[in-house]
Amino acid sequence: MAEIAYVARGTIPPSPPPPSEVGVVRWLRENLFSSTGNTILTLVAAWVVVEVFLALLPWLGGAVWNAGSLSECRAISPGGACLAVINERFNQFLFGFYPAEGYWRPSLAFLGLLAAIAPVLFTALPRKMLWFSGIYPLLAYWLIFGGSVWGPLMVLAAVVAAAALARAVARLSGEVAGMIAGVLAAALMFLFAVDPLSGWLADAVPIGLAPVSSDQIGGFTLTLIIGVTGIAGSLPIGIVLALGRQSNLPLVKALCVGFIEFIRGVPLITLLFVAHVLLNIFLPPGTEFDKLLRVLILVTLFASAYIAEVIRGGLAALPKGQYEAAAALGLDYWKSMRLVILPQALKISIPGIVNTFIGLFKDTTLVSVIAMFDPLGIITPIRADQNWNGIVWELYGFVALFFFICCYGMSRYSMYLERRLKTDHR
Amino acid sequence: MRKITVLAATAAIGLGAAAQAATLEEVKARGQLNCGVATGVPGFAFTDASGEWDGFDVAVCRAVAAAVLGDPKAVKFVPTTGKTRFTALASGEVDMLSRNTTWTFSRDVDLKFDFVGINYYDGQGFMVRKDLGVTSAKELDGATVCIQTGTTTELNLADFFRINNMSYEPVPIETNAEAQQKYLANACDVYTTDASGLAATRATFEDAANHIILPEIISKEPLGPLVRHGDNEWGDIVRWTLNALIAAEELGITSANVMEMAKAPTSNPEINRMLGTEGNLGAMMGLDKDWAARAIAAVGNYGEIFERYIGEKTPIGLPRGLNAQWTQGGLMYSPPFR
Repeated sequence: MAEIAYVARGTIPPSPPPPSEVGVVRWLRENLFSSTGNTILTLVAAWVVVEVFLALLPWLGGAVWNAGSLSECRAISPGGACLAVINERFNQFLFGFYPAEGYWRPSLAFLGLLAAIAPVLFTALPRKMLWFSGIYPLLAYWLIFGGSVWGPLMVLAAVVAAAALARAVARLSGEVAGMIAGVLAAALMFLFAVDPLSGWLADAVPIGLAPVSSDQIGGFTLTLIIGVTGIAGSLPIGIVLALGRQSNLPLVKALCVGFIEFIRGVPLITLLFVAHVLLNIFLPPGTEFDKLLRVLILVTLFASAYIAEVIRGGLAALPKGQYEAAAALGLDYWKSMRLVILPQALKISIPGIVNTFIGLFKDTTLVSVIAMFDPLGIITPIRADQNWNGIVWELYGFVALFFFICCYGMSRYSMYLERRLKTDHR
Repeated sequence: MRKITVLAATAAIGLGAAAQAATLEEVKARGQLNCGVATGVPGFAFTDASGEWDGFDVAVCRAVAAAVLGDPKAVKFVPTTGKTRFTALASGEVDMLSRNTTWTFSRDVDLKFDFVGINYYDGQGFMVRKDLGVTSAKELDGATVCIQTGTTTELNLADFFRINNMSYEPVPIETNAEAQQKYLANACDVYTTDASGLAATRATFEDAANHIILPEIISKEPLGPLVRHGDNEWGDIVRWTLNALIAAEELGITSANVMEMAKAPTSNPEINRMLGTEGNLGAMMGLDKDWAARAIAAVGNYGEIFERYIGEKTPIGLPRGLNAQWTQGGLMYSPPFR
């Protein structure tokens, strides 16, 4: 008798999924053509992308890199991009009117910037690198603006001395006293000791670089100086303002609220005009109050008001229990802020903070209205050259590319930071 | 309290006046002329490949620096925008302004500046596509016009169309670059701005021959360098440096032959007076006798400057027109050096 197999001897091997449910086909079906509406949108989007590429490709493909003028470009490759202008004016885009023999100085300062922000951004790097980040501002200042090496060195010495004093006093009579002593000592040294000492040292041992005035600085160097200073300066000031706004001390609170609301109530461009135009009239003629310095202070204050509000949002989002728990542990105000409240509040605020930074970085282009030559501003005199008059897309596209790289980088970093700090269980 | 304020104000004004009265000394002590220029006007102010400022207006700064300091490179160029230019001059940030600025009553009187002369007679014109078939601005009834907002050109345009009983549709634009794009994209039939700007814009078109600039000039735009009220000695120096450049063309002095002519008296006494081989005109305004010779040697005479930056051989290709010497039917006329 033949056996009737009605029980399977083994498991039936899984058959391959239908072709419409695997790989590319499935992905396409699910993501691009899942419904009639989606299909239409996909087709329209694909058509737009193809059109843009078809328009861009011959333009970029026919790009001319070496020519003396726009008409030469057109003669070599009609309809192609005339990138020769960027080739010829590349140094102006990077450094503005910085003396050519000193191009290595901002370049070195830029490399230093990368080294200085790396340990701040990525905790995996050795913590000792933070020392370099600490002295970097002075180093960069000296490299870019030149002058005697003793000025920045004396500033560094004064800061170190003040910090040491603050620590010693703090050990003897508490943190607050230490802080006050440190600030007082620093103020006294900056008022009375730093200038004469560095002047005397500069006369005795003249070491330094050729000084460069701030109106010679332009291009991407200027953007980075304003952007990085504004970002680095506005975060601490913003934190202090946000805490001040929540303070129980009426005077502190009123000051912080007044400052924040004033700055937020006035457009940046108005403040720039005031700093540039009105200060000149009020100050006696001949007073040199550096234009770049004015802009730096303004941009930093402006951004810090916005940062303060972003962080206030983070502080408000914390449940009240966190404040109470910190108090119950016996932590004083500063410790509870430093150890419990701010780490959580800042984490919540990351997208808002980075958003403000990106906005600030792009706002640096506003300085062109007060005749400072950021990359956008430097396009005007380049286009006024008879050789290049009439070029539009190449120049603005190049600047846009630079800003896109910087801003996209910041945005990616903020996403990375959010992932790394993610401690919740969602 | 009030007395103190008044005192402080007086002191501040006094300081200001004192600082203003001695611009020449200040410039000499500084070793550098602070000259306000535009942030970029084709042919008039631009940067070359090495980042040096150059152009028709810039040449005036260099001529003054050569006359006063003996070095055409001893200039700190302070780029100014249309919004910052007047405060830069009034506050003393710059010693003079050489920046496509129209000489008007209110700027001269109300803003308290002295226009020391005119280095370019401009006027508002129209550019149209040739295939529009228009040959005169009076045929522009109903046209769409690209016009920069907030400028005198906007007001001139309105006046012109009203006087001629015509209507137009304005297409407001912000900058010259935007105007070029709009006009080329057929967003407007007509582009109007100063005739020099039209010529510069047209020169950048791939098909420049298909566009024409209409013959009508509908406004007077005398452009010239200016200084602050209150320091007439300094104003004289800038005025006569400009006059020296203009007179040099009339008298046939060029950057090539000026040093030769300045060596020994020539047969023309006016040349001798100007170049310092006769009389002491330079000393009258606190300069040495070679001041004019240095200025001309540095940048050339007016005609040379014109040809170099905006003349017919350049891409901008402006004809001399009103800016020819008075002997050639133009308006360039320097008072005598006597």
